[in-house]
Amino acid sequence: METKDQLSAGKAEKLLYQLLLMRKFEEKSAELYTKEKIRGFLHLYIGEEAVATGVIQALKPEDNVLGTYREHAHALARDVDAGAIMAEMYGKQEGCSRGRGGSMHIFDKEKNFFGGSAIVGGHLPLATGMALASKKLKKDNISVCFFGEGAAAEGIFHEALNLASLWKVPVLFVCENNLYAMGTALRFSHAMQEIEKKGQAYGIESKAVDGMDLLKVMTAADKAVEQVRSSGEPYLLVCNTYRFRAHSMFDAELYREKSEVEEWKKRDPIPRFRKYLLKQNLISEVQLQEMEERLKAEIQKAVDFAEAGTWEAKEELTRFVYSEKPAS
Amino acid sequence: MSELIKITYREALKAGIREALLNDDRVFLMGEDVGRYGGAFAVSKGLLKEFGEDRIMDVPLSEAGFVGAGIGASLAGVKPIVEVMTVNFALLPMDQIANNAATLLHMSGGQLNVPVVIRMSAGIGKQLAAQHSHSWEPLFAHIPGLIVVSVGTHEDARGMLHSALNSPDPVIIFEYTSMLNMEAEIPTDSGSTDISRAKVRREGKDISIITYGIGVYKALEAAKRLSEKGIDAEVIDLRVLRPLDEACFLKSVSKTHRALLVEEAWSTINVSSEVSARIMEKAFYELDAPVKRLGGIEVPIPYPLHLENASVPQVEDIENAVIKILRP
Repeated sequence: METKDQLSAGKAEKLLYQLLLMRKFEEKSAELYTKEKIRGFLHLYIGEEAVATGVIQALKPEDNVLGTYREHAHALARDVDAGAIMAEMYGKQEGCSRGRGGSMHIFDKEKNFFGGSAIVGGHLPLATGMALASKKLKKDNISVCFFGEGAAAEGIFHEALNLASLWKVPVLFVCENNLYAMGTALRFSHAMQEIEKKGQAYGIESKAVDGMDLLKVMTAADKAVEQVRSSGEPYLLVCNTYRFRAHSMFDAELYREKSEVEEWKKRDPIPRFRKYLLKQNLISEVQLQEMEERLKAEIQKAVDFAEAGTWEAKEELTRFVYSEKPAS
Repeated sequence: MSELIKITYREALKAGIREALLNDDRVFLMGEDVGRYGGAFAVSKGLLKEFGEDRIMDVPLSEAGFVGAGIGASLAGVKPIVEVMTVNFALLPMDQIANNAATLLHMSGGQLNVPVVIRMSAGIGKQLAAQHSHSWEPLFAHIPGLIVVSVGTHEDARGMLHSALNSPDPVIIFEYTSMLNMEAEIPTDSGSTDISRAKVRREGKDISIITYGIGVYKALEAAKRLSEKGIDAEVIDLRVLRPLDEACFLKSVSKTHRALLVEEAWSTINVSSEVSARIMEKAFYELDAPVKRLGGIEVPIPYPLHLENASVPQVEDIENAVIKILRP
């Protein structure tokens, strides 16, 4: 595989840890949802972890990241504190958005993590605009925008890509094509199903990659990020992937066969990467065991933090509708 | 004492934009036909030549896209003035305004400011028929998180933009097409407008005429005619439609004990509805007569001049309504 030579044992371990943290964090979230600790909508990323991991590892801390309502994993990859994310999902004021946003609206300005957007496609022009600001301010950071293939059917996708290409601004659009827009399959929502061609139609360099293979995503993302940064122009990376879980916790999955899900699970990116690392001697069984312990501890710590969190006073309800002006 | 200059509403708007561009390198104007065409209503004519295409950006017809990009750019450290050619096209970017600009500060628990300024021309009076004659100020004034202002005078045409750009929160500015050629005298040093306050445009003791936008000069003309009949009307320009400066109009009503509310927007659930409700809630016992609203007739605005004029309150209508309240 292409990235083998570059992958140090240290980085390999970090990446595997991140994948497992995403998976276990969300499995825990689902459990806490059934216990009614987490309410509202909860959209799990399970199955798609190689995409967020592979793309975000290619970024610098000063790059902007914008995600969808299925963004817990992206926040974790961006090193947003797991406890702050869990507390956010509990609705506690210790959450990364003070509990105001919940699962769909994870924000951490210090990490340049800009949500958490729950109107499909609504954040694409924000990414174009943030990249425009980088260009105007002559900064060398880029903006990365994750969205699903469902968003590519929205008019705003086409407007945002056209503007980004017209203005030549440094934005990487990452389409997480998991084949279903809620319950509507790709073939029922797109007349032309190769999403990367939609980018090419706007003069944007576009590439599709197997989103179930971390190494392939990393290779493609490294190249895409490097190109956006050096050219200052947009790029569309389509990661073909699959969501193993339901769309949200309210979804009975009437629209797909169980056998299809099982078939895709054979391509689960996590065991695949783990197997690769063992084979390449980049990790040992002892390290894996030790990793399990660390994961368990980190997730427990996150849950404990959320449990110990506090509710914001009702009197503060209307704070942050407008900015609080410094006392004059 | 400062000198007076004669200026059209259009020139005043342009002076405001020009001053903003001169004052701050981060400020730029973006909108459809603002550059090479000179602005749909010639407001930005000549600015492209003076400031160049990085500061005066023509954009494609993609209102949702470029308004969203303006919001994104404002998140990332620059100060866009986004021009939506007319309010009639403003439902296309309404999702961006309502779901991004208005929510990000609150949803992120106070982390993200959205200092975007969105200007749009509004109002009727040019025989443009139903799709180009909207008064949608109330739609925007309904949304918490936005600051919604209305430019009812030449002084504000020049002074409002400066204050809007200094706001850490999103500002929607309504300007009025039918007033563009109107001339008025304003002080050379009129300065910036306080966009947190309504303004008493004429003091009087018999009745409060509360209005905004095109209604301001109409109400002042009506007040002038009424004074010849021995009626002393106070005219209040609401100026900021959200958040309303209720202290101003409650004080006025407490002095005059009568109120006539005038605006062009359709009467059902318009700004006057809210002003009326607040007077009932907070100044009911000050009233000597029922509050009266004079709003737009509830019809898609027709093309012929006589029917167009009949669709919104005219000076005579204001005059007659006041007489009816005071001399029933």
